[in-house]
Amino acid sequence: MNAPRVGIIGIGQSAFKSRRDDASYPDLVREAVNIALAQSSLDLDAIEAIVYSLSPDAMVGIGNAERLGVDAVGGRNKRFLRINTGGSTGISSVAAAYYHVAAGACDVVMTAGADKVGECGDSQTVLNKIWDPIYERPLPQGTITMLAMSGIRYANKYGMSEEDMARVVVKNRKHASLNTNAHLRKETTVEEVMASRYISWPIKLMDCCPQSSGGGAMVLASERFIKENRLDAVWITGVGHCSETYYIGDRMGTGYTADHGDAYALGNSFKRAFKMAGITDPRKQVDVAELYAPFSNTEFHAIEAAGLAGHGEAVQGVKEGRFGIGGDIPVNPSGGTLCTNAIAVTAMIRVAEVALQVSGRAGGHQVKDAKLGIASGNGGDHQFFGTMVVEA
Amino acid sequence: MELLKRQEKWDITYTHALGEVASWFFVQIRDNAKIYGRRCAKTGRVLVPPRAFSDQTLEPTTEWVEVGPGGRIETFTMVYEPFQHLPEPPYAFGFVQLDGADTAIGGFFKGVDLSDPAKAAEKLAIGTRVKTVFADKRVGDLIDFWFELA
Repeated sequence: MNAPRVGIIGIGQSAFKSRRDDASYPDLVREAVNIALAQSSLDLDAIEAIVYSLSPDAMVGIGNAERLGVDAVGGRNKRFLRINTGGSTGISSVAAAYYHVAAGACDVVMTAGADKVGECGDSQTVLNKIWDPIYERPLPQGTITMLAMSGIRYANKYGMSEEDMARVVVKNRKHASLNTNAHLRKETTVEEVMASRYISWPIKLMDCCPQSSGGGAMVLASERFIKENRLDAVWITGVGHCSETYYIGDRMGTGYTADHGDAYALGNSFKRAFKMAGITDPRKQVDVAELYAPFSNTEFHAIEAAGLAGHGEAVQGVKEGRFGIGGDIPVNPSGGTLCTNAIAVTAMIRVAEVALQVSGRAGGHQVKDAKLGIASGNGGDHQFFGTMVVEA
Repeated sequence: MELLKRQEKWDITYTHALGEVASWFFVQIRDNAKIYGRRCAKTGRVLVPPRAFSDQTLEPTTEWVEVGPGGRIETFTMVYEPFQHLPEPPYAFGFVQLDGADTAIGGFFKGVDLSDPAKAAEKLAIGTRVKTVFADKRVGDLIDFWFELA
């Protein structure tokens, strides 16, 4: 495939926190937009289209909040789309911005959004509503229980202890302590994680992502525009998406194609992105990865789906420090979703972070000599998966 | 400076139509305490809970098949944290492949002491045999039945 190259020329993200009482929802969107525009050295008139990144409305408590956000992104008189694929919304939005440029429809496109999860007192109640009202919602389904049930299948298949899960938290908190934009920046220990209370067995409080508030924005442009205007850019060289069927109970039993314990469709999504980018041996070619994993156990199957370890081998890899900063392939050097989760933009931040890494501008959590990075996002009931390859 | 907040509650009522397949399924549960799946004519897969079409082939399912009441735990979790508008913890629920079904259906696990999570988790381990137990008063809903250790 000879896809035209699309560059990332501007990145904006908030310093994520539990609450941002100083800023309304559009104020937060605007904050990220301003940073991204300033970095791209462009003014708003240069942006031809907006892809608005917004997951379930009820999380911000505003129905179709893209309408309120349209002014914050300067959407007047521009093409405008809202994207929502749940937790993967952010990477789906970057992909939609990419497609605008790759299709030749636009030279410069911005994607932006924000979330204020900390303002929602009932996020698991909101997320319970993503389940089928007939067959699944009479049960107290939530994203935590869904992924606890995935972890139990993973542990049964390959072996994974609660201490193994805690090691992911320790690694990512250490990374987050180096990232001034991360939400949970306090380092921790296996003992401290193990002593935290159970939420949904085997997931404990410290195995869970926080509810974060903050914004994200990225500006993408065509290679022609970037060269003509002599702009700095890193390049999106691979884009993948893959979906899984809806009912969790179909991912178990007999004759299923995807095991709820693995991340089957995420693996397929990575294969598509890798094929496009010409990656044949991810363990050798990938320098850094930002993989969407909101609960500690899910980082294992994400690492495996990305081809950075064989099935069931990520546990040992984390134990050996292979996926920490300074290891073979640092995974989530920003601290990842586990330390910051402003749902509407979380998967966008995965792409933004690898872009910062391969451009050498990640700051305190920079991975040395990173030239090729990969990012992923998971959404729905472990259902919509987006992946990207970003190169210097 | 002083920063103000404004609180709002959403209280929205929906009345969801179940459609023909789920209606028949829940009537059997309500009136006869029996669980049925739907067979995909093309692959023979028995889908429980039943759906009008197969997610794999998109072909309509064509035949009702009685399943259970025995089954096998496929996954579970035990919740110890309270969430607004969700049940009081602790509780255990998960998915069970009923005998004769190819897929798993969700339900609560009852009759297991959840006070010691590690011990309870051993009792609910994947592969454990369970039986379906029906409530005496049934309304035609997923919570008309639950699972207990066989």
